[in-house]
Amino acid sequence: MSTFTADAFALLANGTSLPWAEIPEWPAAEFVRVTAGELERGGRLCAWFGVPEGAATRLVAVLAFDAGNTLAVGRSEPVTGSYPSLTALCPQAHLFEREVFEQHGLVPEGHPWLKPVRKGAGDAPANGEFFRVEGREVHEVAVGPVHAGIIEPGHFRFQCAGEEVLHLEIALGYQHRGIEAALAGGPHRRTMSQMEVVAGDSTIAHSTAYASICEGLSGVEVPLRTQWLRALALELERLANHTGDIGALAGDVAFLPTSSACGKIRGDFLNLTALLCGNRFGRGWVRPGGHPLDLDAARSATLLKRLHGALADVGQAADWFWEAASVRARFEGVGTVSARQAGELGLVGLAARACGLVRDVRFDHPAGWYRFAQAPVAVWPSGDVYARARVRWLEIQRSGQFLDEQLGLPPDDEPATALGGAQGDALCVSLVEGWRGEVCHVALTDGAGRFRRYKIVDPSFHNWMGLAMALRGQAVSDFPICNKSFNLSYCGFDL
Amino acid sequence: MIVIVETIARLAGWLLLAPLLPGIINKVKAWVAGRRGPPVLQLYYDLGRLWQRGVVLSSLASPGFIAGPAVAWVAIVGAALLLPLGPAGALLSFRGDALLVIYLLALARFGTAWAAMETGSAFEGMGTAREVSYAVLAEAAIITAMLTLSVHAQSITLVEMLTPASGVGAVLLGAGLFTVLLVENCRVPFDDPNTHLELTMIHEAMILDHSGPPLAAILHGASVKLLLFVVLLTESVVPLGHFSGPVACAVLALGVLTVTVGVGLVESLLARLAFRRVPLLLTTAILLCLFALLVAWKGGAA
Repeated sequence: MSTFTADAFALLANGTSLPWAEIPEWPAAEFVRVTAGELERGGRLCAWFGVPEGAATRLVAVLAFDAGNTLAVGRSEPVTGSYPSLTALCPQAHLFEREVFEQHGLVPEGHPWLKPVRKGAGDAPANGEFFRVEGREVHEVAVGPVHAGIIEPGHFRFQCAGEEVLHLEIALGYQHRGIEAALAGGPHRRTMSQMEVVAGDSTIAHSTAYASICEGLSGVEVPLRTQWLRALALELERLANHTGDIGALAGDVAFLPTSSACGKIRGDFLNLTALLCGNRFGRGWVRPGGHPLDLDAARSATLLKRLHGALADVGQAADWFWEAASVRARFEGVGTVSARQAGELGLVGLAARACGLVRDVRFDHPAGWYRFAQAPVAVWPSGDVYARARVRWLEIQRSGQFLDEQLGLPPDDEPATALGGAQGDALCVSLVEGWRGEVCHVALTDGAGRFRRYKIVDPSFHNWMGLAMALRGQAVSDFPICNKSFNLSYCGFDL
Repeated sequence: MIVIVETIARLAGWLLLAPLLPGIINKVKAWVAGRRGPPVLQLYYDLGRLWQRGVVLSSLASPGFIAGPAVAWVAIVGAALLLPLGPAGALLSFRGDALLVIYLLALARFGTAWAAMETGSAFEGMGTAREVSYAVLAEAAIITAMLTLSVHAQSITLVEMLTPASGVGAVLLGAGLFTVLLVENCRVPFDDPNTHLELTMIHEAMILDHSGPPLAAILHGASVKLLLFVVLLTESVVPLGHFSGPVACAVLALGVLTVTVGVGLVESLLARLAFRRVPLLLTTAILLCLFALLVAWKGGAA
């Protein structure tokens, strides 16, 4: 398989671009085989999408070699009709191929479960037929898309034998807003705002990915202080969301002390973000090319003081949580995903790290400030709800420590270089480790430097299948804690 | 004449005081969590609101959808009226009324399960399946507890069963009955009355499709059932017969309050059990009652 490496794919680093013409091109069938070979060799599929070319479509694959700290891009010759499925060789491509099928009408021959991903049919997505288990003892439970809480819409179809789940199929797309289509021809004046709402709880991750795409395309390195500020914001986002999730997990097992405390502490972390940019979710913090808002010494001191307070509080709430035997009993051995499954499905972020995989963009593909300062990768081996909660707690501690150290080492403010025009006919890839996992943005420009194709892959896109697998053989009553332990985004998936 | 007045007074007492208990439990939970919490009278407001609302009826449901909650409510209130209240005794007392109480509670469960199955919803079906599965064990525990009391008092009339000192077995019996109280009234660690997650619900899932006055009847019936169990627990553990009238009343009230606060504390400090572990805890409750029975039987002979 290693025979392909030299020229099968063009290599590049996170946040950099390369000319479209320099990307090796393969006939479709060959391209699928080559991609499968690279994936087997230790690559990971970050993105797989189509680029329309006349009536035909080119397939593009972005792979990450985590151990080698490199990204690789390859493309196929224009195809129409069908091509042999990559999913048949590598399961992690299954959703990507369904998406290409939906967006470009290319049929991957041999795909085991080909149906739309999020395409609308009237008021609701076209879900197609659900997988059904037959049998006198089997019953079907349909949950959603309207849920009994203020959460996003999604449909869950369980095939159960009594309390045991035999199969879970997840149908999403209820929040499809057509973001990728809206980005084509950009950047527009509203592009930045659209990026901030791809997934509202990952505002910083998505806006940072977009900003580095813009910078990568115009070949500009932003001032260190900008990079520093973005890292601070990203870690604050992680702290707020992880804290909220631990509280939500406690709430789902009716453990009141932690549940009540974490709701409040999450607000404290969100308010730290608001301290700089006036918005609790970090809207307005990240802009391509520099930092419109700066953290002055006085506010930095306030931030640090309030950070210490909130970290002490969350430590107390977490102690109650970990010391309660009744909580541990609910989490251990529930919703287990093995490391092998996680690898095959291409899980990313904390869901992958909770299966023992060392997979963290900040460590594997460092860009921006993470080239100079890193938080240790938090890994827990057991793959169950307990592991996902535990990784969250480890990351809260490490992000807290990271912020504590970095707030004391502010780089000097230097003038930003103005962003020039984006390079024409180029492809740029940017990965950011959001609190859920790897946020991947890929931009392809036309001759004038406008976006010809802009692909967004939210970590949820990789991870929803992990949730479905975690439920196999579990009690249906454990679905809420499994779901909360992943806490995936619906809107980030639906785009 | 006096009988009618007494009946009305007792009925009013049970019906009006019962919704106070969930309010107290929620206040305790809020207090432990450092929140202000809903008003103690919240359930009264909810019941008033629901009573004024219309009813949404499934076109698939038979009249059992409405009849079920009505049957359950009447059965629970009937059981409550059979329970003696310390020195005031029972409204109606006869040989074997203890058995009738057990049967009335079972009838109430049948009523809610029947109504829940009417709409054919997967959630309500699951909730009902869980409710009746756990009831198999919970009913065994309460029957054993009743047997203990009757062996101890050498009687199967509630007034006589609940007056004497319950002896050394009281602690065992109290622990067993408290567990039964928690499961029968859908409290943590068996069920979570606050959850919005249909897949983990038991009792809440069974009433998802009910609205308006039938829902009010279900909620009110549930609060009367809670009060019934709290009173039963207090009376089987505390020897009320040893006190004079007013003192016994005060002790009963204090006991009810203590148990209610205890339920609130359990909910504040304990996480829910996984469903597969529920039978284990219920079996423990049966064993506790069984050992109390042994103590009552052998201890009484000595």
